[in-house]
Amino acid sequence: MKNTEKIGLLRQMILMREFDERAGRWYAEERMAGSTHLYVGQEAVAAGVCAHLCRDDYITSTHRGHGHCIAKGGDLKPMVAELFGRSTGYCKGKGGSMHIADIRFGHLGANGIVGGGMTIATGAALASRVKNTNQVTVCFFGDGAVNLGPFHESLNMAGLWSLPVVYVCENNLYGMSTHHAKAASVKKIAHRAASYNMPGHTMNGMDVSAVYNVAGRAIRRARKGNGPSLLVMDTYRYYGHSRTDPCSYRTKEEVAEWKSRDPIQKFKAKLIADGLLDERTFGEMVAEANRQIDEAEDFAEKSPYPTREDLETDVYCDDLLEMQ
Amino acid sequence: MRTITYRDAVREALREEMIRDPRVFLIGEEIGLYGGAYAVTRGMLDEFGPERIWDTPISEGAIAGAAAGAAVAGTRPVAEIMYMDFLTLCMDQLVNQAAKMRYMFGGHASVPMVVRTQGGGGKENAAQHSQSLEAWFVHVPGLRVVMPSTAYDAKGLLKSAIRSDDPVIFVEHKLLYNSKCEVPEEEYTIPLGKADVKRMGSDVTLVSYSRMTEFALSAAEKLSEEGIDVEVIDPRTLSPLDVPTMVESVRKTGRVVICHEACKAGGFGAEIATQIMENAFDYLDAPIVRIAAKDIPIPNVRVLEDMMIPQENDIAAGVRQCLSG
Repeated sequence: MKNTEKIGLLRQMILMREFDERAGRWYAEERMAGSTHLYVGQEAVAAGVCAHLCRDDYITSTHRGHGHCIAKGGDLKPMVAELFGRSTGYCKGKGGSMHIADIRFGHLGANGIVGGGMTIATGAALASRVKNTNQVTVCFFGDGAVNLGPFHESLNMAGLWSLPVVYVCENNLYGMSTHHAKAASVKKIAHRAASYNMPGHTMNGMDVSAVYNVAGRAIRRARKGNGPSLLVMDTYRYYGHSRTDPCSYRTKEEVAEWKSRDPIQKFKAKLIADGLLDERTFGEMVAEANRQIDEAEDFAEKSPYPTREDLETDVYCDDLLEMQ
Repeated sequence: MRTITYRDAVREALREEMIRDPRVFLIGEEIGLYGGAYAVTRGMLDEFGPERIWDTPISEGAIAGAAAGAAVAGTRPVAEIMYMDFLTLCMDQLVNQAAKMRYMFGGHASVPMVVRTQGGGGKENAAQHSQSLEAWFVHVPGLRVVMPSTAYDAKGLLKSAIRSDDPVIFVEHKLLYNSKCEVPEEEYTIPLGKADVKRMGSDVTLVSYSRMTEFALSAAEKLSEEGIDVEVIDPRTLSPLDVPTMVESVRKTGRVVICHEACKAGGFGAEIATQIMENAFDYLDAPIVRIAAKDIPIPNVRVLEDMMIPQENDIAAGVRQCLSG
């Protein structure tokens, strides 16, 4: 990895962190429309994976998707506007936090259904085959999705047809409150890859360098036409499932232990040790992220809400009118 | 004009649209080598090759979801789900994903996919291979639902469905595949949302679709011998629904019978009846009559199945009841 790329990854992770810390506050202040699920703690995964993607590559995301959107190249202004339910949002206020998407930069959608993106990602990869392009699709999902039928059907189909897709499981240990060990019949999710004729890797999802390296290999493999991979990133969400979760199912010690492996602090320390960063520059990066978020917040605040005229648009295309 | 079967008409639509647009491809179980469980896609693997005719595992969720993903990613998939009953295995992919992407994403995404399937009973296929579940899908904003009753309609409507930028559930009927009618060799399409008056009449409006249209027409012929002049209207697409054509007919006849093969409770006939109530109540001279399947699972043996699914005599009786009301 080049030094500029390292700084870039750190900058991305800081932006994701500051964005979702702010989203938590917007929610608490009741300035946000609807629910939100914060990505804080998991930033290394989205940053390390999406660093290898081009604008026309595809991702599918999850209900915990703000980080994926930022990493794939999303613009903060329509993101915040969407959280605020404004007509300038990515979805004109019709989607909200759980459905942020923009096909124009290959984002096929956050998803309110656990495992909902799995078959869609598989289909996007199939489309690359039909179109004969070298686009790669990355499918983000959580440990909660791996016990659903669509996980099996998707990985089977992708393995069978050697589709250009990388399945990235963010194992943050809990599906709502249920621990992974109480939900899956295997300890190591990556072992399931063997059933689908694809390599499976488990890695430290708090280490952005490790994520970057392994994801890079899997994405290059897919792009060359050598088939899919299953990557399992061990990670942790610092906040609860959603903002109303009291987190009674996990101990303070466990949370503290994971926070001691914080992806941003660890990477920052490494870059400082390597002489690529100092505290002052880091502080400036945090300030710059907040300046961007302020700007986006201001944009959103000044944007109008959708109106009755918007209510019934975007349900169907207009082609019936053309045909008639 | 030549006559061809409903099966051949569907295949012609698929072939023509695949030749016309390289983004169109087929995906489904047994559609390649085997040629389709009902032989609709026979020969297409040889003609188009495996990169456009994707024989899948038995994996309905992945077929429907992959079609949705491929559609949003710039292709135009036509998925085949072998039996309408199997749509139960892809409800998340159709209902939560494909149907809602355009709206949830603020209009930035299109999902130009077609799910071809076939439904209906009459073949002693029992409760899991005979259902008519169309009402479920009409109830989902974002989906289009098409149910052609003739070869001519099937071809023209399927071509429009494939060209549509919306997800379309295209429901064929297993007992219509061998039915024949005149189909021009020249290119044509039929717009979604246009009902067809299958028989002109002045005494009563009989609304039916899919295989029941055949029964409705034969019942109408029988009734004409009794001096009853039945107008048969086939909406052809349930979503969008052509209400004005039905209303126009009711203004003339003042009486309405609705017939479908699906169960009565919560069936699409209730929607048609209510649309007519809302839009033509003043023209009604008698209560609307619904002829539908009994509200039971579909039995296997023919003696029971024929009692469960409306027959020509049931429709004729419904028309007489309406006229006596």
